[in-house]
Amino acid sequence: MIRFILNQKIIETAKPAGMLLLDFIRYHEHLTGTKIGCREGDCGACTVLVGEMVSGELRYRSATSCLTPIGNANGKHIVTVEGINFQDELNPVQQAMKEESATQCGFCTPGFVMSLAGFCLNGKEPTYENAIASIDGNICRCTGYKSIERAAAKVAAIMQQRIEEEPTVFVSKQKILPEYFTGIKEKLIELLNQESRIRQHLTPVRFVGGGTDLYVQKHEEMVYAAVDLLIQKNELNGIFQEGTKCTIGSAVTVTDLAESTIMQKHFPDLKKYIKLVSSTPIRNIATIAGNFVNASPIGDFTIFFLALDAQLVLSDGTNKREIALRQFYKGYKQLDKQPMEFIEQISFELPTTKTRFNFEKVCKRTHLDIASVNTAINLNIVDGIIMDAGVSAGGVGPVPTYLQKASAFLKGKTISEALVQETIEVAQTEVSPISDARGTEAYKRLLLGQLIKAHFTKLFPELKVEQLLAQ
Amino acid sequence: MQNIDSNTHLRGESIYLDDINVQHGTLYAACFDSAIAHGKILSLDVSGALQMHGVVHVFTHEDIVGQNQIGGIVPDEPLLADGHVHFCGMPIALVVAETDEAARAAVKKIKVEIEPLEVITDPRVAFAKGDLIVPPRKFNMGDVDGAWSTCEHIFEGVVDTNGQEHLYIETQGAYTVPAENGSIKVYSSTQGPTAVQRAVSKVTGLPMHQIEVDVTRLGGGFGGKEDQANTWAALCAMATQKLKRPVKYSLHRMEDMRMTGKRHPYSTDFKIGLDKDLNMIAYEASFYQNAGAAADLSPAILERTLFHCTNSYYVPNVRATAYSCRTHLPPNTAFRGFGGPQGMFVMEAAITKAAEALNVDASVIQQRNLLVTNDELPYGQKVVSEANECWNKADELYNIEQVKKQVTDFNATNKQYKKGVALMPICFGISFTNTMMNNARSLVHVYSDGSVVVSTGAVEMGQGVNTKILQVAAKTFSIDPAKVKVNSTNTYRIANTSPSAASATADLNGKATLIACNAILERLKQVASNELTISVDRIELKDEFVFVDAQKTETTWLQVIAWAFMKRVSLSEHAHYATPEIHYDKTKEKGHPFAYHVYGTAIITTTVDCLRGTYEIDSVKVVHDFGSSMNKAIDLGQIEGGIVQGIGWMTLEEIIYDKEGKLRSNALSTYKVPDIYSVPKEITIEFLDTDKDNLAIFKSKAVGEPPLMYGIGAYFALHNAIKAFNPNAKLAFDAPMTAEKLLMGLYSK
Repeated sequence: MIRFILNQKIIETAKPAGMLLLDFIRYHEHLTGTKIGCREGDCGACTVLVGEMVSGELRYRSATSCLTPIGNANGKHIVTVEGINFQDELNPVQQAMKEESATQCGFCTPGFVMSLAGFCLNGKEPTYENAIASIDGNICRCTGYKSIERAAAKVAAIMQQRIEEEPTVFVSKQKILPEYFTGIKEKLIELLNQESRIRQHLTPVRFVGGGTDLYVQKHEEMVYAAVDLLIQKNELNGIFQEGTKCTIGSAVTVTDLAESTIMQKHFPDLKKYIKLVSSTPIRNIATIAGNFVNASPIGDFTIFFLALDAQLVLSDGTNKREIALRQFYKGYKQLDKQPMEFIEQISFELPTTKTRFNFEKVCKRTHLDIASVNTAINLNIVDGIIMDAGVSAGGVGPVPTYLQKASAFLKGKTISEALVQETIEVAQTEVSPISDARGTEAYKRLLLGQLIKAHFTKLFPELKVEQLLAQ
Repeated sequence: MQNIDSNTHLRGESIYLDDINVQHGTLYAACFDSAIAHGKILSLDVSGALQMHGVVHVFTHEDIVGQNQIGGIVPDEPLLADGHVHFCGMPIALVVAETDEAARAAVKKIKVEIEPLEVITDPRVAFAKGDLIVPPRKFNMGDVDGAWSTCEHIFEGVVDTNGQEHLYIETQGAYTVPAENGSIKVYSSTQGPTAVQRAVSKVTGLPMHQIEVDVTRLGGGFGGKEDQANTWAALCAMATQKLKRPVKYSLHRMEDMRMTGKRHPYSTDFKIGLDKDLNMIAYEASFYQNAGAAADLSPAILERTLFHCTNSYYVPNVRATAYSCRTHLPPNTAFRGFGGPQGMFVMEAAITKAAEALNVDASVIQQRNLLVTNDELPYGQKVVSEANECWNKADELYNIEQVKKQVTDFNATNKQYKKGVALMPICFGISFTNTMMNNARSLVHVYSDGSVVVSTGAVEMGQGVNTKILQVAAKTFSIDPAKVKVNSTNTYRIANTSPSAASATADLNGKATLIACNAILERLKQVASNELTISVDRIELKDEFVFVDAQKTETTWLQVIAWAFMKRVSLSEHAHYATPEIHYDKTKEKGHPFAYHVYGTAIITTTVDCLRGTYEIDSVKVVHDFGSSMNKAIDLGQIEGGIVQGIGWMTLEEIIYDKEGKLRSNALSTYKVPDIYSVPKEITIEFLDTDKDNLAIFKSKAVGEPPLMYGIGAYFALHNAIKAFNPNAKLAFDAPMTAEKLLMGLYSK
């Protein structure tokens, strides 16, 4: 049995855990306000809110229901647009959208409304930037977004009135969202206290993290697959620091990573990197481990952690083994992993004062897109000399690539414009990009070079940009 | 007044095709489409699908009762492949099953053997082989051949523009329900209910009066559902006809993207001649339109390319030829601008090429040659121009020279970042270029309780047409807009409609509504006159009261309605409107095809990161010719949305077919439309308010398509930024300017 709260209704269903929340909402509960635009998490028309108890607090995040198996809704509060409507009048989010004429054909509109409602509930600083960030996963083909921006500004202004109150209390009191939200916490606790067990399949099993790649690629097959939902396992959650070592559980999402104080402290530009990776609702459900296992040659976090030389713990439930991320990829979409093994834990050495780290990514569309080329660099510098270097790049070969030669080349060198050029030349010898929808081989080679230059101009402002641009 | 659908949209209560409550016994359809772009079908085996659980029937062309034909302008498009396939995504068979899931699972069990034939994806190759959809069209004005010798400067070049996926967020679909006596009710996400009705009629063999097409609204259309909604409706109707059960088909995004046509790619040769004062003297262009595998609307789109080939400029000597070339891509179709943007882009490229060679700013050539009233366009229509008015107001408001200076100053001090600026004047003709289509009907009922319902042929797809029609009725009757409802678009209420297209929907259907309301109003005034025994010329109905000699009386709107009802006076009217003044002679390629033109000027500024080859659009500043806007909120939304869609076409949006004719940009993960971060940081729109008489509804000029073409300026602004970084850059005129082309351009030698 899967149990969750859908708006105000307790759901108990024996449907397969792999079934998509979107289909459940629309075709079983007949709540048609949640729309289908793409079924691959790229348009946001199906956005819902997911409320869950985290360390005793009720926390809401947005999610694309098209990529969310209902098993992952277990024990949570799922909110659709029907769940934020008042009886007659519009809520203030809807009212702001109306006043600004931010709805034209209306098909994407419930998705935008839900994302903005999520902004009201998530307790983040109510800035205009955060309001816009909340709708970064919603595509509108009619308005050109300017009217939506104006509406988002109004919503941010409304939320600036919240001082200390819990978001759910504030939004209920201010009649931003219906009153029933104040009672959800209690109901969820009650739900979680009940004996609830998702039907566990015997072999074979498909491990599912966030599902954001699996459900794009194998949508039909996944519905009835014997899924093992890693996100439902509390023991796989959490980001911990022990000395200089950081450990990440395999249920950790990109948003968890972004909000981790450990990560923020050690990667001052983390926010900028994260903004380049997919969108808010996807980051809310996609896991770091899932990004590794998906083995996309351009997986953003794979590239990020390849530079950091992350180590993985693989487990089949009884036996565990360690493997370096740099050893994990054997060929296109081929992993050094048995079918019954899953990533249990990821660990890496945190940057120190001697470390310089940077991540770069260029794609057709800067945000909510897959890279043409992405790359990360991790340098350890003592007295102006590179003691250790890790450079990685995606989109330049069949697997996410650790640029071993370029990394080795950098070791022992001092920073100069000439070194940058030489590094690029070495890197070019160890990559094999192909021409595809994300760019021609010639472009990807040029772009890799440019992004390596970008690493150095960002990390070493003393380098002459003019000279690098001319090289 | 805000869009009348705002509340239901925002509450998720608006009903789109996939939201219609399905009837008991509804079946679900799914297409088996060709994976080969061109070939001969050797065998088709559907037995595997038939054996699947839940499958009711698998349809092939042999099941079609009527004609296997859905071509509108030219009958060259089979509904289901018969013998040959002509594009990847061409429907071969239709599985109908008890559930959507079962239908989709069964599709995978169908086997087809196809002998591949030569695949052509390039229109110039098709042209060389003589494979044209229709004979070429040629516009002529003046004496081009004689004019070259009088030109001081002559430039030639090649220009390419790629297609554009509509990406309406609601995919295509249809739901057909059997009615008595073999009739079929069709719910369709279509801009052209009559087109759907005709296609269903042809395929089922049923007369049109047995086919009711009903459209509440679309989740976006942009031209993509003008003609190409027909396929799904015809497929479902074919199944309903045989199985006598409701059949639904709501396409998945990837099916929609690979099976439907897009904006036409064009490849064009141009030659432009100027005199020493930079007046354009002669212009010649040969347009090669990539029509895809069937005509669809290509001939009409081809025509509009020619109509707009000189954009907003006067050129005395013009020869423009256009070829609609048959390739093995899905039939390309209408898309906001309808061939006009492709024609205008070439002219802007020609100006840019001339300006660079002559070392002047392109805006100098642009401004010098703007249309003035009574200038003649290559097709013989003399214009009432607002081109200079828009340009001059833009200069007044935004100071063009200063914008340019700011860009130059920025570029002088920045190494990694370069700015580019471009101006984009537009001129767009309003009316269907096919004169016969410029008509519409409206059916207005006033009920005995004083409430009003209006039905027209207009389809609401986000453009706000229903709001405007409601405004027409409320204003004409002078009643509270809450008393008026606009009904769904239905072929049983309004017949023989033109599609909601050509930016003319509000004009045509609004005017028909105006006529209908006025007719009822006149009768009501007569009734009031009789009852009050006051001559009718002294009576007015205003704010829901009768006014006599401009003085409010006690007699209400409701009272007059009651009197009319009791006196057996009709409270209903069905009115017809046909645009006056327009005419066109295709044999001479001369006439007066447009009711009026819409003008405007945009200034677009961009910033390029020359290290990463990425860019931002800083601002788009516009003066736009609205006439007298009847709904500024809606019209502003159309301009903002049009600009962003146009910029998308020019920058991010890249359709990629491989040599085998397979779509590689086949999902939202590989085809990128603008997101909220990629839109211009600033869009400023100023109204050029004019009170001049025109044929627009309440003088409120059409606003749907024209703003898309401001987006063309973004291409040239980026082009100029690249040149600022690398003056020797070798840049082709090849839209869109993707991040790849930008970076390769920056470092081209």
